[in-house]
Amino acid sequence: MTVLGFLLQKEFRQIRRDTTILRIMFALPVIQLIVFPLAMDFDVKSVNISIVDQDHSTYSQKLISKIASSGYFKIVGAETSFKKSLTYIENGEVDLVMEIPAGFERNLVREGVQKIGISVDAINGTKAGISGQYLNSIIADFNANMDVNVKTSAMSQQGIINITFTNWFNPRAEYKYNIVPAILVLLLTMIGGFVTALNIVREKEVGTIEQINVTPIKKWEFILGKLIPFWIIGMIVFTLGLTISWLVYGIVPVGSFLTLYAFAAVYLVALLGFGLLISTYSDNQVQAMFVAFFFIMIFILMSGFFTSTDGMPGWAKVISNMTPVAHFVKTDRMIILKGSSFNDVKQEFLYLVAFAGVLNGWAIWNYRKTN
Amino acid sequence: MNAVTLQNISKSYQDVKAVRDVSFEVKKGELFGLIGADGAGKTSIFRILTTVLLADKGTATVAGFDVVKDYKAIRDRIGYMPGKFSLYQDLTIRENLEFFAAIFGTTIDENYELIKDIYDQIKPFSDRRAGKLSGGMKQKLALCCALIHKPEVLLLDEPTTGVDVVSRKEFWAMLKSLQEKGITILVSTPYMDEANLCERIALIQNGRIMSVDTPENIIKSFPVKLYAAKSDAIYKLLKDFRAAPVVDSCYAFGEFLHVTMKGNRETGSSELRDLAIERGHTHVVVQEITPGIEDSFIRLMNEKTEVSAHQ
Repeated sequence: MTVLGFLLQKEFRQIRRDTTILRIMFALPVIQLIVFPLAMDFDVKSVNISIVDQDHSTYSQKLISKIASSGYFKIVGAETSFKKSLTYIENGEVDLVMEIPAGFERNLVREGVQKIGISVDAINGTKAGISGQYLNSIIADFNANMDVNVKTSAMSQQGIINITFTNWFNPRAEYKYNIVPAILVLLLTMIGGFVTALNIVREKEVGTIEQINVTPIKKWEFILGKLIPFWIIGMIVFTLGLTISWLVYGIVPVGSFLTLYAFAAVYLVALLGFGLLISTYSDNQVQAMFVAFFFIMIFILMSGFFTSTDGMPGWAKVISNMTPVAHFVKTDRMIILKGSSFNDVKQEFLYLVAFAGVLNGWAIWNYRKTN
Repeated sequence: MNAVTLQNISKSYQDVKAVRDVSFEVKKGELFGLIGADGAGKTSIFRILTTVLLADKGTATVAGFDVVKDYKAIRDRIGYMPGKFSLYQDLTIRENLEFFAAIFGTTIDENYELIKDIYDQIKPFSDRRAGKLSGGMKQKLALCCALIHKPEVLLLDEPTTGVDVVSRKEFWAMLKSLQEKGITILVSTPYMDEANLCERIALIQNGRIMSVDTPENIIKSFPVKLYAAKSDAIYKLLKDFRAAPVVDSCYAFGEFLHVTMKGNRETGSSELRDLAIERGHTHVVVQEITPGIEDSFIRLMNEKTEVSAHQ
């Protein structure tokens, strides 16, 4: 067996002995994949609404029953004044207040125009936006189907554009399709970034590196001896993650497994390089932990993990593109949900190869310098 | 032939001059001690010799190879035991030993003869993890790992620090027997009593070598007579002696004060006794004694400080 072989044997022995880390490494994919998609559901299902009806006409009754029957809204209050309804929002009991003014029906029929007031509790921005939109579309639909409008449009023969739409690659626009591929990336990020950095720094902290440095072990042997075990563990965890997403969510990659694994393999090398780089700059595990945590927070928040990168301002997109995570999150979704072929994501692959080269090269360069 | 040579080696860390113009040689097969207090620069010298630290100035060789140019050749030929226990705590005794044998391209069996005496003592625990061993056993394991590839030169950085008296005695006995097998040993220690166990020693202080010689010669070269004194009020006696113009130096040493006097006086001990009684001390004891390494060390240290103060 070569020196590298002995280093690997030693490394696997140590990993096996540290049962806490080992358990966490394998519990991580299971827990994250089962808990996150269920918990982080951005679909807004029940919106509490309070209605102030000052008209009490047929039209206002129709509108209210249409809102109640939509399934998204729960009418929890009907007050006589807007002021009284607003206390519901202040107490957090309702998310929305809709005010139908007096003369609603009369103005609609006579003048063809009438305003409705909607107040939304925007503490939770996402929910506010989505529930506001729901209500808007219900009112728009109500508006279009009102007999006054139906009659006038029939008479004037005005063209009406009817919109029907289809969600491609995620027909029911379910959040799990969005988040499961991203969690697979997160798993590799944790193992590549955190565990590797901590493992190498531990040799420094305990002092074993002092003993290793005076042996004939070459730098590349030592570094490969560290990277290979975690690369293998990363690939096992990735496979485990894919199996869980198939068993629990029925998500099977539409694209080729080969492409997916090629990406995962290169991405992991890049992240291992990142972990190695951190370890060369840190003297102890606490430092390494903080530095790794700082960068991984940036990676996760800027990479399109939760929010789409398309909506970011230009400068943020530049930062996003400078993280390896963004490229893998993007292609990972493309391959799993859309079935993109290697040709479609060729450029992203080159990005990842570049990241792997730069991060590892930098780490090895810096590692030499410190000794 | 010299196993280790240092010529005008200097090393600074930012503003701190850790090693200043150090030169000495260790002959082949010698048991050489580097004696100095904590922070004297011992570890820096070891790190330079083990090729993990580059000196700012000067040249050094180990086993005939230059520490900068032929660092690879040196790493095959030295055994190093750092001051801090540096083996894998989560591997067992046997696994540590196998691992270090393997990376030097050898096996435990091949050089078993060399480590047998030491390894036999820890063998019953060979399946225990290194982190769970006592201090003395850790030290024996570290020595085994440093010896497993049959090194020409053994570099031991404070191997006995934090080890109990019995284990220290055992350890020095082991070093003696290794020396008999032809291995050159360079060992550092802050304990002056261990200096007598070395063939030759270098006294080091503030990064400077103060003296290199056999322990006997260093003691012999103590230039004046040394007296031990005590009375009922030992601290007052120390202050009184230090205030007296005839006294050159006076410091506490166990239950006695060690005193030297200015000029070479035949009647030193009675002069000191009279001085003490004059100042009202009772139960005064003064006797002439032979100096130890520590007395030489303190004297050399004071001389150096005076020289640098005059500069």
